[in-house]
Amino acid sequence: MGIYLPIAEMSVNVVVLLFMGAAVGFLSGMFGVGGGFLITPLLIFYNIPPAIAVATGANQVVASSVSGALVHLKRRTIDFKLGTVLMIGGVFGATLGAAAFTFLRSVGQLDLIVSILYVVFLGTVGGLMLVESVNAIRRSRDGAAPALRKPGQHNWILRLPFKMRFRASKLFVSIIPVLGLGAGIGFLSSIMGVGGGFIMVPALIYLLKVPTNVVVGTSLFQMIFVASYTTMVHASTNRTVDVILAFLLMIGGVAGAQYGAKAGQKLRGEQLRALLALLVLAVCLRLALDLFLTPDDIYSLTTFTGA
Amino acid sequence: MKRLGALFLLFFSLSILTARAQQTDNPESIQIGLSTDHISITADFSGADLTIFGSLENADPLIARQNRYDIVVVLEGPARPIVVRRKNRVLGMWINTQSESFINVPASYSVATTRQYQDITDPGSYRRLSLGAASIYLEPQKRDDPLRISEFTTALRSLMLKTGLYSERPGDVQFLSQNLFRATLTLPPNVPVGTHKARAFLFKNGFFVKETSAQLSIRKSGFEQTLFRLADNHGIFYGFCSVLLAVATGWLGRVIFRKD
Repeated sequence: MGIYLPIAEMSVNVVVLLFMGAAVGFLSGMFGVGGGFLITPLLIFYNIPPAIAVATGANQVVASSVSGALVHLKRRTIDFKLGTVLMIGGVFGATLGAAAFTFLRSVGQLDLIVSILYVVFLGTVGGLMLVESVNAIRRSRDGAAPALRKPGQHNWILRLPFKMRFRASKLFVSIIPVLGLGAGIGFLSSIMGVGGGFIMVPALIYLLKVPTNVVVGTSLFQMIFVASYTTMVHASTNRTVDVILAFLLMIGGVAGAQYGAKAGQKLRGEQLRALLALLVLAVCLRLALDLFLTPDDIYSLTTFTGA
Repeated sequence: MKRLGALFLLFFSLSILTARAQQTDNPESIQIGLSTDHISITADFSGADLTIFGSLENADPLIARQNRYDIVVVLEGPARPIVVRRKNRVLGMWINTQSESFINVPASYSVATTRQYQDITDPGSYRRLSLGAASIYLEPQKRDDPLRISEFTTALRSLMLKTGLYSERPGDVQFLSQNLFRATLTLPPNVPVGTHKARAFLFKNGFFVKETSAQLSIRKSGFEQTLFRLADNHGIFYGFCSVLLAVATGWLGRVIFRKD
């Protein structure tokens, strides 16, 4: 069944998109990630123009982060104060990111930069996760007790001025790294169309030493606002948000996430992380191949729709 | 969507009775008629054939019998600026390094002819008339390097043909009678919206005689058009609605699938 996308100006198959949304939703529910980093590359593989894939991906992230944050709201695992500071940084970064997006699009390098950013980030995160989870699996096989985390030594980053107390996270840190982290991820999220959870979560745990139980909820909470803001900015400046496309992905995604979460409970943590790492690396490899292999056609067209 | 063809009605010519004696004084002329001035694209649009009827007036029966009248019908989409980019290998990666801008490139271009191009007239005539996907004039923004411009022009043509936005159908203009003809053109699934121009060219014994044209507006139908307009003119409001829809979907998904 075909449907015409009014903004992308092309016909697509509804079933393929619903399935795509459901598959990514299932994985995101299973692994507890937003799924934006899978949706955008998949849309690009499906020949949706990258500019539209990115902006529409941001819109889809809003739905999945609302869904996810509601769970954490009920469990009271959101640090609202920390989330708000991250969000302020995120909105600032997203503004810069959208400006960079517009600029790159006008000089014809957007597709390239989007692909490179994906390859670099997916490669790094996927590689680190794989190493960490394989080590964890090996340790548990050897029967040794999992290594206890060392008490967080306060590094110089956290000792910067403008300190603030975050009660829910039991933290007393400078807001400079918090704002900076938010801004950096906001920047990436508006260029890559991701929520940034796959960078935010490890960064909060390892850099800011935020307790693990509030990390995911807080990350999802700030993501709602940053992704909403990104969607608005892309819609008003680049006109690349296709609401029909986003809606199809959301429906599939929200439904798939519920089943994914159930499936996730049956697998062990480190096995789950190893699987996710392999998946991330596979997407990364596919994008890298497109960058390095000789393309079918070395010429491409950019049309400017003058309405 | 083949029924679109039915939208285009016969254009009746009453000139059949024209006296033969007048032929030398009254040159041949050509007419095409569209029964509607707009087409709406719906959500399930996946391309269609478009039929245009036309008539040839004051035709010389002798020449007509020898099949020496040829007709080329074109549907030309709205003109848009287009940038053609060329990738080169940089550090092992394929990166857009060169580009050439063209102005007023028809966003779509569908041609139907009575016969193969080379059997109608010579390449020079096609170039002069800017007729046919291979001969249509594409105006570059800068004309500093003719070699490079010709390279990018060729690439532009072949990309447009590859995406189906440009199409050619030799033999798809058929004479139904001595005076009446029917042209079948292609509307690709990604047909651009805007004002399209239907043009018909008449050739006699290999020489261009006359041209006629009609306008056709292609729009998105109701809902799609509303969304497109909204996104284009009220981007912030459209963005706000998209976000609201996402929040509502996320929340509803939570409510419907709640396990506890």
